Amino acid sequence: MELVSLFITSFLVNNIIFMQFLGVCPFLGVSKKIDTAAGMGIAVIFVIALASVITYIIHHAVLVNLELEYLQTIVFILIIAALVQFVEMFLKKSAPGLYQALGIFLPLITTNCAVLGVAINNIIFEYSFVESLVYSIATSAGFMLAIVLFAGVRDKVDYADLPESLKGSAISLVTAGLMSIAFLGFAGLQL
Amino acid sequence: MVIVKAVAVTGGLGAICGALLAFAAKLFHIDVDQKVIDVRNALPGANCGGCGYAGCDALAEAIAAGKAPVTACPVASSQAHEMIAEIMGTTADETEKKVAHVLCLGCDSLASKKYEHRGVKSCKAAAAVQGGDKSCNKGCLGYGDCVKVCAFDAIKIVDGIAVIDKEKCTACGKCIDECPKAVIEYVPYKNNVIVGCNNRDFGKAVKDVCKIGCIACKICEKNCAFDAIHVKDNVAKVDYDKCTHCMVCVEKCPTKVIEGKIEAKKEAM
Repeated sequence: MELVSLFITSFLVNNIIFMQFLGVCPFLGVSKKIDTAAGMGIAVIFVIALASVITYIIHHAVLVNLELEYLQTIVFILIIAALVQFVEMFLKKSAPGLYQALGIFLPLITTNCAVLGVAINNIIFEYSFVESLVYSIATSAGFMLAIVLFAGVRDKVDYADLPESLKGSAISLVTAGLMSIAFLGFAGLQL
Repeated sequence: MVIVKAVAVTGGLGAICGALLAFAAKLFHIDVDQKVIDVRNALPGANCGGCGYAGCDALAEAIAAGKAPVTACPVASSQAHEMIAEIMGTTADETEKKVAHVLCLGCDSLASKKYEHRGVKSCKAAAAVQGGDKSCNKGCLGYGDCVKVCAFDAIKIVDGIAVIDKEKCTACGKCIDECPKAVIEYVPYKNNVIVGCNNRDFGKAVKDVCKIGCIACKICEKNCAFDAIHVKDNVAKVDYDKCTHCMVCVEKCPTKVIEGKIEAKKEAM
C-alpha cells in the first residue's frame, strides 16, 4: 500500500515537471509531436529506472563503504552519461526507428537534470532499493504523462489564431504554466 | 589519503564505464554500406518526402539497394543525379525539370468574396465552409497552407493568392497535395505561357466572381498558329510541348488571364 501511495504521489502530486520543474528542456524541446513525445517519454523511463538502480548500488556498495558520499554528484553524472551512451548504441542496433525519431534528444537525456534529480532524491529520501525503483519509475512516468499531454495541447495551439508576439515558444511557456497550475489541484491528495 | 581514495574511486569508475562502452561499441556495431553514405551525401538532405520515401536517409537506402531509380529525388539537381548514378555505376536519364504553379490570378482586388472568413487562418478550414470565402469555387483561397508545407521557402502570399517562385521550387509536390482547392499544378520549368485560371464555368458566371478569370471565349484557340492552346471544360489550357512562346494568345486574351511576358516574345517562325 505504501508503494502504491509512493507511486501516485511521485506520479501526480509531485509531478517532476509541473511541481518540481526538473527536466524542462526536453519537455519544451521534444513536445511538438505526440509520437516523438511518447518516444522521448519511454526513453526517459528506461534511462531513469536503469540509472537509479545502478546509482543506488554504486552509492551503497562503494561510496558509503569508503565514506565518499560527497562524491555523489560527480559519480552519478559519470554513470548517467555512460549509461545514456550505452542506451544510444543499444537503440541504434535494435530499434533504429525510435533512434531516428529521438535524434538529437537522446544524447540530451545525459544533461536532463530529471535523471540526476531522481538519482539524488533516492539517496536524500533514504529510500530502500524497491522504494527507489518505484519512485524512479513513477517519476519518469510522470514525465511521460506531462510531455504527452503538453504535446497534445501544443498540437491544438498550432491552429489557434494567436497574436504575432505570442507565437512559438512564448505560448508554449504560458501553456506549460497553466498546466502546472492545473496540476496544483493534486497537491494535498492523501492516500 | 582521502584525496587518493577519491581520485581512485572516480578514476576507477570512469575507467570501468569507458571499458564497458568500448565493449558495447564492438557488440552493437552496425555495418553501414558505404554506398548508402555516399548517396545520402549527394542528396539534398531537406527530408521533404517528395520522392515518396520517409526522408533522404530512407531514399538513400532504397537507391543503394537498387529499389529506387537514381533519379528518384525530384528535388536534386541534374548534377546530383549524375553523382548518384556514378556512385551506383549507372547513368542518369535526363528528365525535364518541372515546377509547381498556382493556376489562379484572382487576387483580392480582382476576385470577389461571398462571405468574410473569420475562423482559423487556414485554407483547409476555410474550404470546409461552402468551399471557401472566395466566390469562385476553384480559386486560390490565399490562407497559405501551401506556404506552411513548403520546405524550400518558395511560396509567398501576394495580395491574397499564393505565388510560387519557380527558381526556388523543386517540384517536391507537397503544396499540390496540401491545397484543398487543387489549384496547384506541375508545369515545365522552361514554359512561360500559362493560363492562370482553374474555373470551369462559362462567360458571365466567371465574370461575376472574378475580373480576371478565363471566360472560355476561345479567342486564344482561334488565334494560335501552332494548335497549342485549347479550351476544354470551359478553361483554356496550353499544350506545353507545342507552345512556341509567340505570345499571341497573351496579347489577344480579353481578360488577360494568360500569364506570359510579352517582352520575352519570340518571333513566330
